[in-house]
Amino acid sequence: MSALQKMMGWIDDRLPLTATYKAHLSEYYAPKNFNFWYFFGSLALLVLVIQIVTGIFLTMNYKPDAELAFISVEYIMRDVEWGWLIRYMHSTGASMFFVVVYLHMFRGLMYGSYRKPRELIWIFGVLIYLMLMAEAFLGYLLPWGQMSFWGAQVIVNLFAAVPFIGEDLSIWIRGDYVISDATLNRFFAFHVIALPLVLIALVAVHLVALHEVGSNNPDGVEIKKHKDPVTHIPLDGIPFHPYYTVKDIVGVIVFLMVFSAILFFAPEMGGYFLEAANFVPADPLKTPEHIAPLWYFTPFYAILRAVPPLFGSQFPGVVAMGLSIVFLFFLPWLDRSKVKSIRYRGPIYKIALALFIVSFIGLGYLGLLPSTPVATIFAQVFSVIYFLFFLLMPWYTSIDKTKPEPERVTG
Amino acid sequence: MKRLKNFLFLLAAVPVMAFAAGATVHLDKAPVNPGDQDSLQRGARMFVNYCLNCHSASAMRYSRLEDLGLTEDQIKANLMFAAEKPGETMKVGMTKSDAKSWFGATPPDLSVIARSRGADWLYTYLRGFYRDDTRATGWNNTVFDKVGMPHVLWNLQGEMVPHYKEEGGHQVIERLELAKPGSVTLAEYDAMVGDLVNYLVWMGEPAQVQRKQLGVIVLIFLGLFFVVAYYLKKEFWKDIH
Repeated sequence: MSALQKMMGWIDDRLPLTATYKAHLSEYYAPKNFNFWYFFGSLALLVLVIQIVTGIFLTMNYKPDAELAFISVEYIMRDVEWGWLIRYMHSTGASMFFVVVYLHMFRGLMYGSYRKPRELIWIFGVLIYLMLMAEAFLGYLLPWGQMSFWGAQVIVNLFAAVPFIGEDLSIWIRGDYVISDATLNRFFAFHVIALPLVLIALVAVHLVALHEVGSNNPDGVEIKKHKDPVTHIPLDGIPFHPYYTVKDIVGVIVFLMVFSAILFFAPEMGGYFLEAANFVPADPLKTPEHIAPLWYFTPFYAILRAVPPLFGSQFPGVVAMGLSIVFLFFLPWLDRSKVKSIRYRGPIYKIALALFIVSFIGLGYLGLLPSTPVATIFAQVFSVIYFLFFLLMPWYTSIDKTKPEPERVTG
Repeated sequence: MKRLKNFLFLLAAVPVMAFAAGATVHLDKAPVNPGDQDSLQRGARMFVNYCLNCHSASAMRYSRLEDLGLTEDQIKANLMFAAEKPGETMKVGMTKSDAKSWFGATPPDLSVIARSRGADWLYTYLRGFYRDDTRATGWNNTVFDKVGMPHVLWNLQGEMVPHYKEEGGHQVIERLELAKPGSVTLAEYDAMVGDLVNYLVWMGEPAQVQRKQLGVIVLIFLGLFFVVAYYLKKEFWKDIH
């Protein structure tokens, strides 16, 4: 026995290092037919790491103080060695996080990855998405620009729309009657420590649950149904390492090329990743003409605005916005189709999914625009389609004419 | 069916809506080139001479002007009037309360003005001042109506007066005409403002030149890395069918 083997033996007697490595990498058998859409899970993990590492370095130089926050970000951009790079990685990473997570979720919708036995993976995933939205919202206050301030003002005021307790609730969240230094400090605390801890824990259980039941695949059939009688390895499974590690490296590089192209040549991304109005320091006395949330929130913002106020209260809109996320949790039980993958689904589901995606993107677009009567009609139509996708799902998935699933994956 | 038709009609209106949302004053294209050091140096000189009396640039250190090919001695001798050390930021002596009582508003800090307003807005704004005796300063502006700032560059550009036209029952400014010439021609003035705006864009993000240079190197590296990774993947996967 070599010295290295001896050392590994010593560790393995005390910590399941080799066993863990095998269970999650070298002997975790993933379906061999992953396609393009299966890159985004590992990419989301990559962006999470980018955000955490760049976030740590930003924290070293950022000042969570209403007087200093804005200028401290500019000092990071100018005086801190490579500060501009760190800051742009973080701001680009925030938007790219949502890009990969939206594509990852769309993959789930296409191939039925939320279906039995993967309901918990899906639920943890939706929780991660929720945490991510909270994290992005809190983080956007920190540069203390006009959009930071007024965006936070608008969102926190939504809580004030809750009947009876709303006013007190919003003051409790802000720690003040308006967004102020107190709000900035608590948002900073949540953004840099509280939510990242929750996020990492959720990602861990998301992965543990995934590795327990095994990955879905573009055919939506279970590879564990056909195992080698001797080795008990799924016939259509291949070890995650090295096969998917080397494949994911290719995906990572292509992703980093896109990421770098944005970061180095268009870090503002035409105002979608960094808004022009956020280069004006926060001014509580001057409301900007047009307050728009960042692009990844706009679908929900459009739903909020699409619902007419009731007795002057925005509460129905807030409820609708909340429900638009809550419905996602029930997806595993709303879908009654005999098959998982879009490849074997009938035309009805395909049309429903297409309408859903068009509505979601349409809502996202409308959420960027100032509210006009025409835009509101559009937003209402899209919102109805958005909700009908979920509400009618038990019906249209059960009557849809599906094709027979293959026994084995089709490559 | 009729409803569907209406919906499709509305769908066709989407680009129009987007246009309507962005409809504002026409802006002229600013001649921005952060690689042109001569232009940036001329712009920096204009900035410290004309802007820095009222507007600060509190994120910008004088020493950073070395990035424009200037030496520390040149900066000290020609560009530093209000500071003692090149490491200081560009501050102004005027207090906020004085500024408020003189101009009705505090002149904004200009460190990142080009990032919030955009180069074209600045370029059009600085060329958009005209005589207006109803204003306390005697000046108004085509892109920023009732602006508190007087025309600081008037002795360069001269005095412009508006030429109106009738549009929908309203008098709107069609163009500005030179009533009293300044010390330079209008073409020279445009070039000078172009240099100033170029400087403001550079000052909004002094790292931008380095950023783009590094970006090219990073993308070339990733391109090469991609080739290696692609063939590595192919090699590993050749036994998977």
